[in-house]
Amino acid sequence: MYDFIIYAVIAGLLIAALAGPLGCFVVWRRMSYFGDTLAHSSLLGVALAIVASINLQLAIIISCAVFAAILLLLEKRQMLATDTLLGIIAHSTLAFGLLILSLSDMVQVNLMAFLFGDLLTITQQDLIWIVATCVVLAGLLYHFWGEFLALTVHKELAIVEGLPVERLYALLVLMIAMLIAVAMKIVGVLLITSLLIIPAAAARRLASTPEQMALGAAIIGCLAVAGGVTLSFYLDTPAGPSIVACACVCFLLIYARPVTRV
Amino acid sequence: MSHETLVEARDVSLSLGGRKILDRVNLTLSKGKLLTLIGPNGAGKTTLVRIVLGLMQGESGKLVRKPGLRIGYMPQKVFVEPTLPLTVERFIQLGARGLKVVAANKVLDEVKVGHLLRQQVSALSGGEMQRVLLARALSHSPDLLVLDEPAQGVDINGQTELYELINTIRERHHCGVMMVSHDLHLVMAATDEVICLNQHICCHGKPEHVSNDPAYLALFGKRQAATLAVYTHHHNHDHDIAGDVIKPKDGHRHV
Repeated sequence: MYDFIIYAVIAGLLIAALAGPLGCFVVWRRMSYFGDTLAHSSLLGVALAIVASINLQLAIIISCAVFAAILLLLEKRQMLATDTLLGIIAHSTLAFGLLILSLSDMVQVNLMAFLFGDLLTITQQDLIWIVATCVVLAGLLYHFWGEFLALTVHKELAIVEGLPVERLYALLVLMIAMLIAVAMKIVGVLLITSLLIIPAAAARRLASTPEQMALGAAIIGCLAVAGGVTLSFYLDTPAGPSIVACACVCFLLIYARPVTRV
Repeated sequence: MSHETLVEARDVSLSLGGRKILDRVNLTLSKGKLLTLIGPNGAGKTTLVRIVLGLMQGESGKLVRKPGLRIGYMPQKVFVEPTLPLTVERFIQLGARGLKVVAANKVLDEVKVGHLLRQQVSALSGGEMQRVLLARALSHSPDLLVLDEPAQGVDINGQTELYELINTIRERHHCGVMMVSHDLHLVMAATDEVICLNQHICCHGKPEHVSNDPAYLALFGKRQAATLAVYTHHHNHDHDIAGDVIKPKDGHRHV
């Protein structure tokens, strides 16, 4: 088979497998708008990287980390309601990003690829970035799973019970930012949050423990990637939207089943 | 600081947004002693609790905790996201990481809700949730229990039972208890010391003493103080957690 398909499948499955459990935290902590904001702001990072001609993947990772840190700081200050703040940052960074891209005379920039992802153009170097990031994230997630869960269930109880909650929360946010940074290649700036939220929300219906929900979300995400890439390969549809559409179908199928209460 | 002392606050003060919340508050929490904190809304009760817990810091004054102090905290209200599937057992284990299944069972049995072990936390009633929170506070064998209005949202029979349970726990574990409560008439018998707070400490001492203190009467008024008169109404039966009637041991008696 063609290399690009194999790369695409490996990258997609890896990212979906991590987006599952991390997406559960996004759902539990009601952070979906937060994810959107990080994704939108990474477009500004892309624009600046192109103007300054530095490594794109590195620029995206750095800009996600920087905006995650800014959001954490602003959230602590509480000058404005969090959703207002997120709205301002999400749309102004998107606007500035697009502005800079249009002013730079780099005509070869394919804007659609950034907005909706371009899974099938993944290079070997992209894949290395993705694999490395995913391995680090998986290790951290496994190690801090109980702590992340405790702080999500009740922050103050966790503090009194001796957890370094502020630092753990910052780590969790940075991890989500890292995943968004590498997932941008797969589904693009505008669809990234759906890869985090839809599988997790679908898995909720089937789970009775947090671990079941995380595993379920990972599996549903992988199914969506497999379905999306297949669709894209045979029908020549854009890969990002195909993956999200498949995830959405999974969600609808699961929620269409009548509720079975034990 | 004597070795029985768990937490000692000396002249703790705090202002938020230009408003004095706490004004030179002193208190001592000791092993095996139950301290009840009362006061009107906005008196700074919850703020004082948060300072004792280390969730907030006072601007001036001193707070000394016994080194290695383990605190079991029962917050006023806990809301667990319904999107987060979590059994009661797991909820308790989160509090004391590494706690064995048997131990989760044990603390739940101690607060008499052993049957809730496999229930989802988001499906608990108000009264059940309060007991589960108490179980979590107990799960890492605390030296000090801090309870912020533990009987909130619990019906009157359940309240009496819950306060009795707290007292039993204090005696069994010999831990200190700091409790915010408005139900002085219910907690009076078990309380060693009452602090009546309204930014500053209005009065403190034994419950009988506080309920006759002019500062207390000025704050709560005579009518409220009158409810402190001994609670004489008795039912001829009790309810267990599931709501079933428990027959009194000496047969069915009508008063």
